Amino acid sequence: MTMQILLNLLVAMIWMLLHDKWSMLTFVIGFILGAFIIFSMRRFFPTPFYGRKLWSLAKLVGLFSLELFVSSAVVSWQIIRPRLNIEPGIFKMKTRMRTEWELSMLANLMTLTPGSVVMEIAPDEGIMYVHAMDVPSMKKSILRTRDRFEDAIIEVMR
Amino acid sequence: MIEIVVVVMVLAGTVLSLISSLGFLRLPDVYTRSHAATKSITLGILFILLSTFLYFMFVHNQVSVRLLLGIIFVFLTAPVTGHLIARSAYRFGVKPAGITDELAADLEREKRKTAESSQA
Repeated sequence: MTMQILLNLLVAMIWMLLHDKWSMLTFVIGFILGAFIIFSMRRFFPTPFYGRKLWSLAKLVGLFSLELFVSSAVVSWQIIRPRLNIEPGIFKMKTRMRTEWELSMLANLMTLTPGSVVMEIAPDEGIMYVHAMDVPSMKKSILRTRDRFEDAIIEVMR
Repeated sequence: MIEIVVVVMVLAGTVLSLISSLGFLRLPDVYTRSHAATKSITLGILFILLSTFLYFMFVHNQVSVRLLLGIIFVFLTAPVTGHLIARSAYRFGVKPAGITDELAADLEREKRKTAESSQA
């Protein structure tokens, strides 16, 4: 897969050299062209075409932005409410992630979605300690977010 | 047309930044404040940088990749700082404001275990 991406970058580079125009547009056109060439020759590579991984990565980014918007709205509402009515706390959360890449990816995504901060990770037991802004109302939605992220990350990484 | 979109996005980003600084003042302890300080702000920055990018792309016909890179780097670094601040505060012994705390017992056990293994 890395090989295919490098090849694609090389094709884009050569396209730019051929046109002698070092602009973003030429690069993008060259990259799309390279992707097309590699796609049409995908049978000759030992690994499947990387576009599928790219697609699942795009899905992960989309899911993440959606979660970011929704939980930002929730946290903002809690902050601007006239009477502060939150009950922060730390709770344990099991995770299916095993490798270091998967763990750090999930931890980063969980920390970026407002309402939850990953405080400690016990990688051997597969446990994350999450600080939530309002435990009673948010625990369920945080666990649901975790499930969605895990599915998406597994699709990208494995 | 595009100007209206840009104005709305910049306004949204500004309001989000304002709300997070409000949260920084109102919330009770380090941990909840790190929520406000690292995350609502990232969405605000996303809005502002993205609208700047759109403005330059459609009005001046300039694709400025630097702005997109700025978004990526903010999104890479913000969660790490938030995690590190919360983690080091906890290890320093700052008490969290809430009642539920499932970390304290486990961390205590872990400390005892490492102390025993260093003695032996």
